[in-house]
Amino acid sequence: MQTFDLAAEGLRSLNATLQAQANETNQTGWDIINPRGSHAIAVGLDAPIEVHVMGSTGYYCAGMNKQATVHVHGSAGPGVAENMMSGTVVVEGDASQYAGATGNGGTLIIKGNASSRCGISMKGIDIIVHGNIGHMSAFMAQSGNLVVCGDAGDALGDSLYEARLFVRGSVKSLGADCIEKEMRPEHLELLAELLERGGCDAKPEEFKRYGSARQLYNFKPDNAY
Amino acid sequence: MKDETHGAPRTQPIQSATFTQSINAEIRRAAATGIYDIRGGGAKRKVPHFDDLLFLGASISRYPLEGYRERCDTSVTLGTRFAKNPIQLDIPITIAGMSFGALSGPAKEALGRGATLAGTSTTTGDGGMTPEERGHSKKLVYQYLPSRYGMNPDDLRRADAIEVVVGQGAKPGGGGMLLGQKISDRVAQMRNLPKGIDQRSACRHPDWTGPDDLEIKLLELREITGWRVPIYIKVGGARPYFDTTLAVKAGADVVVLDGMQGGTAATQDVFIEHVGQPILACIREAVRALQDLGMHREVQLIVSGGIRTGADVAKCMALGADAVAIGTAALIALGDNDPKWESEYNKLGTTAGAYDDWHEGKDPAGITTQDPELMKRFDPIEGGRRLNNYLKVMTLEAQTIARACGKSHLHNLEPEDLCAVTMEAAAMAKVPLAGTDWWPGKPGTSF
Repeated sequence: MQTFDLAAEGLRSLNATLQAQANETNQTGWDIINPRGSHAIAVGLDAPIEVHVMGSTGYYCAGMNKQATVHVHGSAGPGVAENMMSGTVVVEGDASQYAGATGNGGTLIIKGNASSRCGISMKGIDIIVHGNIGHMSAFMAQSGNLVVCGDAGDALGDSLYEARLFVRGSVKSLGADCIEKEMRPEHLELLAELLERGGCDAKPEEFKRYGSARQLYNFKPDNAY
Repeated sequence: MKDETHGAPRTQPIQSATFTQSINAEIRRAAATGIYDIRGGGAKRKVPHFDDLLFLGASISRYPLEGYRERCDTSVTLGTRFAKNPIQLDIPITIAGMSFGALSGPAKEALGRGATLAGTSTTTGDGGMTPEERGHSKKLVYQYLPSRYGMNPDDLRRADAIEVVVGQGAKPGGGGMLLGQKISDRVAQMRNLPKGIDQRSACRHPDWTGPDDLEIKLLELREITGWRVPIYIKVGGARPYFDTTLAVKAGADVVVLDGMQGGTAATQDVFIEHVGQPILACIREAVRALQDLGMHREVQLIVSGGIRTGADVAKCMALGADAVAIGTAALIALGDNDPKWESEYNKLGTTAGAYDDWHEGKDPAGITTQDPELMKRFDPIEGGRRLNNYLKVMTLEAQTIARACGKSHLHNLEPEDLCAVTMEAAAMAKVPLAGTDWWPGKPGTSF
């Protein structure tokens, strides 16, 4: 296990070091100490390494991640795992706005709550939130899965495309073109796998599924607002 | 027909200057369809423009350079503020961002070929980076847009610069639309959306909201790319003084400023014609912001929106820009709106020069389409040759003017080389009205 003191060595050195790790690196384990809410920690990684951030982070932790596992032992600021391509990001605490925004792949697990716009414009990422999510989550979400073990705020899934949303608790309101959909056996099977991956002990049968009514897919007078 | 006037004189029919034939036709079209007009291109209305400015040229008080022999440099370096690898261009005319999706793959290839031959850069667009574009563009600027269609760290690192698009001149404050007719399998795959649906591009970025956030976003992009490449920030011509100030504050290496004549692939006509300012009104305000910050020439300024000739380029340089970008003009150089397709434009209910329904994907010239048959009409090698020729001519024209003003580099042109032939242009460009030493708003003067 390598230990990197962010306060002593600086952000540029940290990211350059982690980004330089090759696929076959032997230095697969990294502890980052003294993160002190810094922005852009462990961004642009592209190797199967495991990074533990020992504290809370600022904006865009693990942004554009590929392959790596980034574990935040604290809370994460806005845009955690934004545009992630693959790999896993785990937040032990809460996540601020835009968690997993535009993510193309990989898994984002938030063990606390997520704020507004969780999964905004997601493009294939799987996001599993143990707690609640804020308003306008999954706005214009294109694909991937968003699992919420708690409640969802206003305007869930507004202008949704093909992403699948699973919520166990209440939904304050649905956004434009987002509807509740039938939970079929294949969805229960998918959800069971997602819950297991996310370390949740909830049962798939406790969830409702939401998705796009596909009424906004083509531009016409009735939806030009 | 029976004469019911009984021979008495009658008032001639008078067409309203307010309810013109074209306005009335649009009212009827709206009444029939219930939807606003969507089109491509930039503002078509007449606004004060570079044609309203003239160069003074040399005389007894200014010494000209020999037109064909004496050196007049055209190179420009972009991104000198923070980037390890600023972009070096031979000419200060770049190709603006236009998406694969809006344009065909061969058209994007042609832009890359032409720009590379001319020693300049081209720019991606909404929809991501294509291999043919990267392969044929020696210098490629990768746009970072609200939709993030096709965005990935590998392409980000393949770019020579990153352009964070906050807005564009055709629609400051607006998002984009790529209608389903143009969503081929490849376009759908790159954007991770179903084929055939109308794809919207958001008007706001999903993970930052203001200049303080943007500063952190730029930090992230620089950390991902190792601080190697310049980061541009592109804004529409709305509030150029404040937008430029905030872009510099956020950490831009380069500010790209696009006036209302700048084109779009598709948006509402009402947006194109009624939101934003002419580029002529924006340049001096952006330069003033840079000067107030002590950053003029430290943060480079690229301007765009209706640039057509070397004279336009020279005027932008004289007003304080470091480089220009062209989009619509580049498409015309490739063959867009060429009269040789007139009969086909007529079938689409339009005429060469006026065709702007690029979003429908039926472009007779095979440029703004994804239709395989129409695309065959366009040869990317010939297109690249034509674009290179056009860029060369613009550069020679700009050099001709600069030498006439006694300048050995295009960047040495200055506002005092100019006068304006209209009050509006004098006010916007802050150069004297021809025959006077005054312009509206000149400090220390009043009407």
